[in-house]
Amino acid sequence: MLKDATAIVGIGQTAFGKGLPDTELSLACQAISRALDDAGIAPAEVDGLASFTMEPNREVDVARNVGLGDITYFSQVGYGGGAGCGVVLQAAMAVATGQCRVAVAWRARKRASKASRPWAQVPQRLSDHWQWSRPWGLLRPVDEVAMLTRRYIHEYGATRDHLANVALAFRKHANRNPAATMFDKPMTREDYFAARMISEPLCLFDNCLETDGALAVVLVAADRAVDLPHPPVYVHAGAQGLPPQHQTMINYFNDNPLRGPSWTAAGQLWRNADFGPADVKVAQIYDAFSPLVPLSLEGYGFCERGEGAAFTENSALEWPDGRLPTNTAGGGMSEAYVHGFNLVLEGARQMRGTSTSQVDGADTCLVTSGEGVPTSALLLRS
Amino acid sequence: MANVSKKKTGFLLPDVESEDGAAFWAGTARGELLVQACGSCGTWRFPPRPMCPHCRSLEVRWEPASGRATIWSYVVPHPPLLPAYAELAPYNVIVVALDEDPTIRMVGNLLEHPEGAINDLDASTIVIGAPVRVVFQVVEDVTMPQWTRA
Repeated sequence: MLKDATAIVGIGQTAFGKGLPDTELSLACQAISRALDDAGIAPAEVDGLASFTMEPNREVDVARNVGLGDITYFSQVGYGGGAGCGVVLQAAMAVATGQCRVAVAWRARKRASKASRPWAQVPQRLSDHWQWSRPWGLLRPVDEVAMLTRRYIHEYGATRDHLANVALAFRKHANRNPAATMFDKPMTREDYFAARMISEPLCLFDNCLETDGALAVVLVAADRAVDLPHPPVYVHAGAQGLPPQHQTMINYFNDNPLRGPSWTAAGQLWRNADFGPADVKVAQIYDAFSPLVPLSLEGYGFCERGEGAAFTENSALEWPDGRLPTNTAGGGMSEAYVHGFNLVLEGARQMRGTSTSQVDGADTCLVTSGEGVPTSALLLRS
Repeated sequence: MANVSKKKTGFLLPDVESEDGAAFWAGTARGELLVQACGSCGTWRFPPRPMCPHCRSLEVRWEPASGRATIWSYVVPHPPLLPAYAELAPYNVIVVALDEDPTIRMVGNLLEHPEGAINDLDASTIVIGAPVRVVFQVVEDVTMPQWTRA
């Protein structure tokens, strides 16, 4: 069984920014190196690696730079922002099943360069599934998510004020986190509504940042974790999710497009957990776009279907007094967008008690990856 | 989309000979909106693909849709966009649900007139649930299904 068998014992990250001078490989190696130092584990002990299929750095190059030992397990998870928690889950499963003893999971990216944006690189003639959406000008992830958002607004009476609740909560948390890109940039509701539209009904502040940076975590078995410098952050449960008839990003072609991959991952996650959504005191929810948050709140069972937008009312997502403080480091919208991997590290900090917006008594944390793509999620506990 | 033109437009266009899509695009070139149907159980599916997820048959046939549909959702993209699209922004993109089976949905643009451009309609007048009908426009060597109000 996976439950509490492994723990995150080291976390490391680089600075976040636009146009960082370091290469992606250098960023990856710096983050991994810091995570190993944080864990008090020597590079030569690392024998497991897990990464995104979109990760630009190969295992061989990371291992040759950081000075890793004999690697006996390495795997990757696909679907971009849906992968983050799944990558950590792969590492946890590999340790729990004895395929390796010290696993590193990471993400490094120079997103801020235009060439790194996948939708800017599609070939002129489309022969894959994009031929059914892009020719009509549905070009970017924001357009694809805006389409679901408009339908969600139509079905459930959500408003742009609800989306603003999401953006403003995460910005407030970033304003408390010196590592966040938006640390010194407060935002008001007036600022939100004054922003230019990107794909109506979504405006600039419904979008995540474009970030260069890297983050890494180190996992070991629970019995070793207790001997290491930091309090163990146990992987209580993990799940991936790919629902029937799902199409990644352009999920318009099935009976129930607003019931996304979160629902599938949630079913598996809660089935294997000793606690439920009501027991979760803090969450890190994938926020490439603000509407993914209400959709995920519904999927993971914090409210009923259609209630995710209303859930954000009364500052519910805000530290310290909200019903569910969410993205307490600022998330993808205001800390950094490193394909959601920064959410994993903030989840770990909450369990260690070291977040800049630490939730009192938080002993469990939900971390999720992308909604609208085949996804994954983790339940962490202290 | 622009009017009939064989020259490069800068739009992202389908490979009309792709394995899964060729029959669909051959249909639009004849002015037909074809939907892939299972050759065994008859269930419609879109986008087209090799196997029927209901009965796993590999047999397919292509059946004409009436071209009547309703608007399921819509967006209005603004720049930054690829240049050919940025020139037309803001424009609308809609998803329609076919009358014969509302779970068969297609992406398109809502046009003021059958010969119109994707930015010639006031997007604030688009209503989810409104009836539309298919029209066809030629862009380079591709015939694109588009939609006007029914």
